[in-house]
Amino acid sequence: MEVSLQAVLSQVMLGLNNGAFYALLSLGLAVIFGMLNVVNFAHGAFYMLGAFGALIGYEYLGHWLGDEGLHVSFWLALVLVPLVVGLLGVIIERVMLSRLYRFDHLYGLLLTFGLALMFEGLFTNYFNVAGEPYNGKPELLEGAINLGFMFFPKYRLFSIVLSLVVCFGVWWLIERTRLGAYLRAGTENPDVARAFGIDVPLLRTLTYFMGVAVAALAGVVAAPIYSVSPNMGADLIIIVFAVVVIGGMGSIMGAIVTGLALGLIEGVVKVFYPPLANTVIFILMALVLLWRPAGLFGKE
Amino acid sequence: MHANDFNETAAGVARAAQRRTNYLPWVITFAVGALVPFGVYPVFAMELLCFALFACAFNLLQGFGGLLSFGHAAFFGGAAYVAGYAMKEWGLTPELGLLVGTLSAALLGLVFGFVAIRRQGIYFAMVTLALAQIVFFLCVEAPFTGGEDGLQGIPKGHLFGLLDLSTTMQVGEQQLPLRLYYFVLVVTMAGYWLIWRLVNSPFGTVLKAIRENEPRAVSLGYATERYKLFAFVLSAALAGLAGSTKALVMGLASLTDVSWHTSGEVVLMTLMGGMGTLAGPVVGAITIRVLHSELASFGSWVTVIIGFVFVLCVLTFRRGIVGELAHRFKKSF
Repeated sequence: MEVSLQAVLSQVMLGLNNGAFYALLSLGLAVIFGMLNVVNFAHGAFYMLGAFGALIGYEYLGHWLGDEGLHVSFWLALVLVPLVVGLLGVIIERVMLSRLYRFDHLYGLLLTFGLALMFEGLFTNYFNVAGEPYNGKPELLEGAINLGFMFFPKYRLFSIVLSLVVCFGVWWLIERTRLGAYLRAGTENPDVARAFGIDVPLLRTLTYFMGVAVAALAGVVAAPIYSVSPNMGADLIIIVFAVVVIGGMGSIMGAIVTGLALGLIEGVVKVFYPPLANTVIFILMALVLLWRPAGLFGKE
Repeated sequence: MHANDFNETAAGVARAAQRRTNYLPWVITFAVGALVPFGVYPVFAMELLCFALFACAFNLLQGFGGLLSFGHAAFFGGAAYVAGYAMKEWGLTPELGLLVGTLSAALLGLVFGFVAIRRQGIYFAMVTLALAQIVFFLCVEAPFTGGEDGLQGIPKGHLFGLLDLSTTMQVGEQQLPLRLYYFVLVVTMAGYWLIWRLVNSPFGTVLKAIRENEPRAVSLGYATERYKLFAFVLSAALAGLAGSTKALVMGLASLTDVSWHTSGEVVLMTLMGGMGTLAGPVVGAITIRVLHSELASFGSWVTVIIGFVFVLCVLTFRRGIVGELAHRFKKSF
């Protein structure tokens, strides 16, 4: 098999792009699990909602409101959609999840699984399962850029950079700020944190908001790259679960690094042995479990 | 909730070994099951039996072992493909086909279990889900599964090489596939009986002890990992038996059977009927499948409704139908 360096490099960059999404989602999953003790199966659904938010804002909203000229621009969607989806997350956390904290972990997983099914089913009713293209990609990011070793689509580069900025922003927020210190205290020991006057329930809501908003942001960024479809979230969340098992949910940096690395590996495998590309992350997960049952960064 | 279970482990193990069996409920259940095809569309009744066994197999692991597997579709659907292929391409008789399917699921369960029991709780669920996804993609890409179309036209064949299972019998106005139905009834009842025996055996008692407090079970000298792995393999094998039987009944093995939707649905069946109760999964499986067939005309609203039922069960009905009944019953007496 003849594999050109160009092909490998471009797959590496595409892999890095996927990896950035894995990182964004596994990060949110890890933070939510730490604070709420809930494995948020609906995380993929929020990512899907983010992508649909961008699509609806650009393609449908004007039509629905009777103003055909109205398009919510990509940049506006980038800010607005995560807020809206995040608020939906807040409602879900307040109304449903908060009732389950005192029960076994598995109920949180099952509840969010049910929610994921509901969102997926709802959008399958109104939108094409095969996916719809998002046409609102900003002109600024059209075309390719010369990276020196290859030409690379501007938008993809933008999405990698933005994802990394958000990842490190969240890391900084949690590890370096006062709010983050409260959050870590709440994760470590909610009862003691409460005794010191920290409003743990509020912190939980805030954490869920943040995790969900980041997932929705990833969805908005993904919309111009992948076709927007109702099952895009479910496909992703299972991979992200594997990422989280490999990295361990204890460490934010671990989640970021693992996500990026696995995206890269997946990209490279796609060049050399395509049939394995879908499963390589799951196989790696199994191998890591055999070698280090607690995950690479786990503290179990 | 089950604190007493644990304190009684030692006594329970001894008692379970001696207990005499009361066969009456079994005879009644079997008799009722035998009459069902005269009132219910037999193919649907057989499908219900298969899903009931599937849910019971799942419950053996989750309800009694406390291990939530989110990847049981791999055993159910994987075995359906293997059994279907064996019956169609190798011309195996139905009973051998089911045996091959069940064994393949057991083997797969051994591999999955070996990896998955290294992690507990919520990680266990994620690991099994991810492993099942490997099987799903394997079925998508492998040449013998028929891809999106599935493996079609699986023959009913001759049981033990003698009895043609595709024959129907004239009952009143209708042609009923009674021979196939009774074969399926016997197979699924046998699987259900095996689960019931296991749960009430010393093995089952130790399994419940592990669910309640694993460190304590370890300190009592039980090799808990081995028990969990054995439970996983048994559960996988029985799920495989259910899947193989479904392939025989429907003449079809499809990607739906190995997808994560199916894994989630068996969790819902068990949750709805009552986790850790013996009859619960059967009740749950019947409820969910009937819901499916009643709502079939609503398209993807079914997914929304199933999701909604999930949410409702988790929020308000965690004991499940049978669990709730048992709870009320105990309270009032």
